[in-house]
Amino acid sequence: MKAAPFEYARPATLAEACSLLAAHGPDAKLIAGGQSLVPMMAMRLARPAWLIDISRLAELQRIAAPADLPVDEDGHFVVGAGVRQCVMERDPLARASLPLLARALRWVGHVQTRNRGTIGGSIVHGDVSAEIALVACVLDATLELRDTAGVTEVPAREFFLAPMITSIAPEQCLTEIRFPVWRDPGKHAAHGCAFDEVSVRHGDFALVSACAQVVVDADGRCLRAELGIGGAAPVPLALPELGAQLAGNRLDEQAITAAADAAVGLIDPEGDLHATADYRRHLARVLVQRVLREAKEDATRKLIREQMG
Amino acid sequence: MSEQLYPVSIEVNGTLREAQVTARLTLVDFLRDTLRLTGTHAGCEHGICGACSVLLDGEPVRSCLIYAVQADGCKLTTIEGLALPDGTPGALQDAFCETHALQCGYCTPGMIVAAHALLETNPAPDERAIREAIGGNLCRCTGYQQIVDAIKHAAEKRNGEGTA
Repeated sequence: MKAAPFEYARPATLAEACSLLAAHGPDAKLIAGGQSLVPMMAMRLARPAWLIDISRLAELQRIAAPADLPVDEDGHFVVGAGVRQCVMERDPLARASLPLLARALRWVGHVQTRNRGTIGGSIVHGDVSAEIALVACVLDATLELRDTAGVTEVPAREFFLAPMITSIAPEQCLTEIRFPVWRDPGKHAAHGCAFDEVSVRHGDFALVSACAQVVVDADGRCLRAELGIGGAAPVPLALPELGAQLAGNRLDEQAITAAADAAVGLIDPEGDLHATADYRRHLARVLVQRVLREAKEDATRKLIREQMG
Repeated sequence: MSEQLYPVSIEVNGTLREAQVTARLTLVDFLRDTLRLTGTHAGCEHGICGACSVLLDGEPVRSCLIYAVQADGCKLTTIEGLALPDGTPGALQDAFCETHALQCGYCTPGMIVAAHALLETNPAPDERAIREAIGGNLCRCTGYQQIVDAIKHAAEKRNGEGTA
């Protein structure tokens, strides 16, 4: 369990990091928290000749929240790729503006790994069961990639190609993630969200995960919904077409069951040592039902609180 | 071909330690093999078991998932640094003995480091917070209950001393 030899550089700026990446090409890997890369290097599944340490770059530490809940259109919450998961977990603005991400972070690894692991690192690693990647897809986040030639933007929903394979080029660095913040739903409706997963041990890779974010009005009608499933397809899977079908209808048990059935029809899980494909399909159905129910309850609770207050 | 060496300067338990290391030397191997601080245990060496937990700038991390060169300029506290100044066990370590929270002892340094970090930020944790804090540390002997009891006991002792 020892990594193969490599050389190490700790550039002082992002531009310098990009130049080093351009110079060394596919032989180099960026390292920030290293919580996914170091195990792969220990098992020699990865053998980079160069590690370029970007963990201390101030340029990747930005956290920019919208000042208020956006009224007319959706806002954006910008997170630097190098922001550690534990920092986002504790950030009060992030918890208020991105409650779905806050809920997801509780499922990411353990205290010790969240203290090192970064938001961007988890995304570029490309694990199909990664919670942060699923939230980025479900909320339709935009990823900013940089190389020596300039900046490229990629929707998270197009970034993931296959297990552990993304569209990032060897010379590119993920610099920022722009998470949409849903606009204020008005007086008679509220946001709600939920994240749930099943794993062998809490904090281990999810066998299957699911999450949902909804807007529900005082009559129990769904005005807006996004949902997705992790660990049950070659990529973290957002299901915007199912969200669109839920919008405009009452979010009752019948609608929730129908959405879960439809979701299972859209996934293609693989069986492995830990769970058969059938069991993953079963989990996907159960978890989609759970997160839709919980997201609705979350919104309803807020509505009741507002009416009483 | 000899590997490139990199200078590191790391404060370990209050003492500045300087060395030349290869880039692939993990922090746990640096502690155990270079500094001979063998209290930190190397378990799985790929970030599953938590036996190698140390405090990096006050926060618990897995020392097998950090290369020593990355910790250059940082402050580390290991299990050796949690003993009292005269070398005798601290309150948390005593609590582990009192509640029989260790059998083979392999996971113990990591458990105590994780528990110490918890009590520093949450002096009166409930059982759920305790289980969450040690959730990344595997123990194959105790079944965890005595470890949870030890951390509760240590918290009570610390809080009792504070108010008495």
